[in-house]
Amino acid sequence: MTALVDEGLLEHAPDDVRLPKVTLHGTSEIRDHLRSPKTLWCPGCSNGIVTRALIDAILSLKLDPRRTCIVAGIGCAGRITSYLDYSTVHTTHGRALAVATGAKAADPSMHVIVVMGDGDCAAIGGNHLIHAARRNIDLTAIVFNNSIYGMTGGQMSPTTFEGDNSTTSPYGNIEQAFDICELARAAGATFVARGTSWAYKQLVELFAGAIVHKGFAFVEAQAICPTYYGRQNRGADPTEMLRRQRDRSVPVAKYEPGAPRHHDSYPVGVLHHAERVEYTAAYAALQQRASKAAGE
Amino acid sequence: MPQPRRLIQGNEACAEGAIAAGARFFAGYPITPSTEIAEVLAVRLPQVGGHFMQMEDEIASIAAVIGASLAGIKALTATSGPGFSLMQENIGYAAMAQVPCVIIDVMRGGPSTGLPTEPSQGDVMQARWGTHGEHSIIALVPSSVRECFTLTVEAFNLAERFRSPVIVLSDACVGHMREAVELPTPDEVEVLERPQPGCDPDDAACRTPSADGIFPLPALGSAFAVHVTGLVYNLHSGAPATGDPNVAEGLGHYMREKIYHHRDEIVRVEELEMEDAEVAIFAYGSVARSAKAAMKWARAQGVKVGLIRPLTIWPFPTAAVEHMAEQVRTVIVPEMNLKQMSWEVQAAVAGRTRVVDYGRVDGKLIQPQEIEDLIKREFHYHHWEA
Repeated sequence: MTALVDEGLLEHAPDDVRLPKVTLHGTSEIRDHLRSPKTLWCPGCSNGIVTRALIDAILSLKLDPRRTCIVAGIGCAGRITSYLDYSTVHTTHGRALAVATGAKAADPSMHVIVVMGDGDCAAIGGNHLIHAARRNIDLTAIVFNNSIYGMTGGQMSPTTFEGDNSTTSPYGNIEQAFDICELARAAGATFVARGTSWAYKQLVELFAGAIVHKGFAFVEAQAICPTYYGRQNRGADPTEMLRRQRDRSVPVAKYEPGAPRHHDSYPVGVLHHAERVEYTAAYAALQQRASKAAGE
Repeated sequence: MPQPRRLIQGNEACAEGAIAAGARFFAGYPITPSTEIAEVLAVRLPQVGGHFMQMEDEIASIAAVIGASLAGIKALTATSGPGFSLMQENIGYAAMAQVPCVIIDVMRGGPSTGLPTEPSQGDVMQARWGTHGEHSIIALVPSSVRECFTLTVEAFNLAERFRSPVIVLSDACVGHMREAVELPTPDEVEVLERPQPGCDPDDAACRTPSADGIFPLPALGSAFAVHVTGLVYNLHSGAPATGDPNVAEGLGHYMREKIYHHRDEIVRVEELEMEDAEVAIFAYGSVARSAKAAMKWARAQGVKVGLIRPLTIWPFPTAAVEHMAEQVRTVIVPEMNLKQMSWEVQAAVAGRTRVVDYGRVDGKLIQPQEIEDLIKREFHYHHWEA
């Protein structure tokens, strides 16, 4: 992994990928990065935890808030743009990565972080995900994966597991769920990680690692939706849902290599990282060649 | 130093016009008959420090254009019918969020895959109403290779001036045609840069519009921490305000009025031989070339025919048509679709004169002879009537 931060900030993570050292910040510092302390997220929703983890990562890395841009899609996760006090773009459904690609290409020195929901990223935006990963453009893509369409009231998404109930799979979902991390890896993402809203500090570390990674970095944040997923599947107690994340997440080092994510067991940590030429850097070199050729 | 006379294609002229206008970002997807715009810009943009991207589809193309524009770079895409249809949702986003950008639609026969290599004017209504919801739009229609250049420049200036998507409606004929033209020199090209707020980000005055009602658009990654959304929002703060019907009503009217209130500044119409015309031809784009030839033929026969050629099709040149309606006995509206603009002409004419529509959708150009026949028929019609 190419380090963009001081070497001193880096430490060895258990899975042998160097992740930035993070510090957790108090509520007042976190609030300085919020436009409003109020959200429209339901009680018990873990989006607030994941949002805080993102702010903690940004604070730990001392990113310039004015040079930090959040691009998000439509859905519960997309509403993060209203709350974070950075440059924020609330795009159309599924298109956040494509908008972010244009913004990053136009201003490569800006930190561009893309926030998507699971439907946003893996269904309507799936094509943009695989191509952003293929290009290896320096974006930090974060999916708030709660395995349900929350904003529209509990329909199945591409990450809803087989057998799960939703308002559009009332007899149990018969479709296979996507492992979005595997999809991103196969498409060419050079940093792929999964964390949970249960393991807060790890999530902050993974976000920080993704942000400093030069290339397309993808983090799946396992989130909970008590209101629409929990009520239809095994109970809506948020504490219980978070405990299930604890029980089912397995450190990647202990997980069978290449095994897909299961309903009751999935690897967490940095799942994949690789060195490959980053898109905006390659384009800068192309510009040099082109202007030189034009001058000759 | 004058530019040398060059034999170039309409699509190439659009690409050169974009560069002259200061566009430094293009994202697109190959589609006939617009592909040459992408190919030329793939060569030219990196030479001038700009960025060319071939995206995974047209939805991503317009999305990337919006992202680049929000980051402060003038940006465009180019496409044709099927791709234009795919772009509609994000064109609505650009209208709603007021993101300056240029979309060049080189029209071909449709619907669907239709006639990929043949010209059409079937997208004029889609340009106006293709995206959902109430909004305004600006669309320009070039008739020549030189106008492909000049109207692309103008499209960028209007996009920046009014914070709006602007559509250049070219067609397979104008786009693929080659003409020997002298393109304007860089100092002949008037280029409008995006107005920036001239004050401190913490100063509330920064969120106030210019004297004529246009709000400045600071770039992403600037000190302003802008928020951009497709939700109904407060014009001053940018914050979503979906719970307040007054805000929604105000924004809806604002987006309409910011274009319609400036109609006189935006709308350009070329009028030829209209002073004493008894019959007018209302024609745009490549069809206007045949209309002009037919007009010359008629004048040579002593028939008083004039031409009204809008360069701006949206907003519709209502004033020019209303004025014409008081003067002529007939207005002929030839177009490569079935009555799309003829309805608009009829609405503006409001029964004050006779409107004769003529359309074809076979992918063939309307020939001067066909318009001449229409003029003859009208001559006999009025002669007989008198």
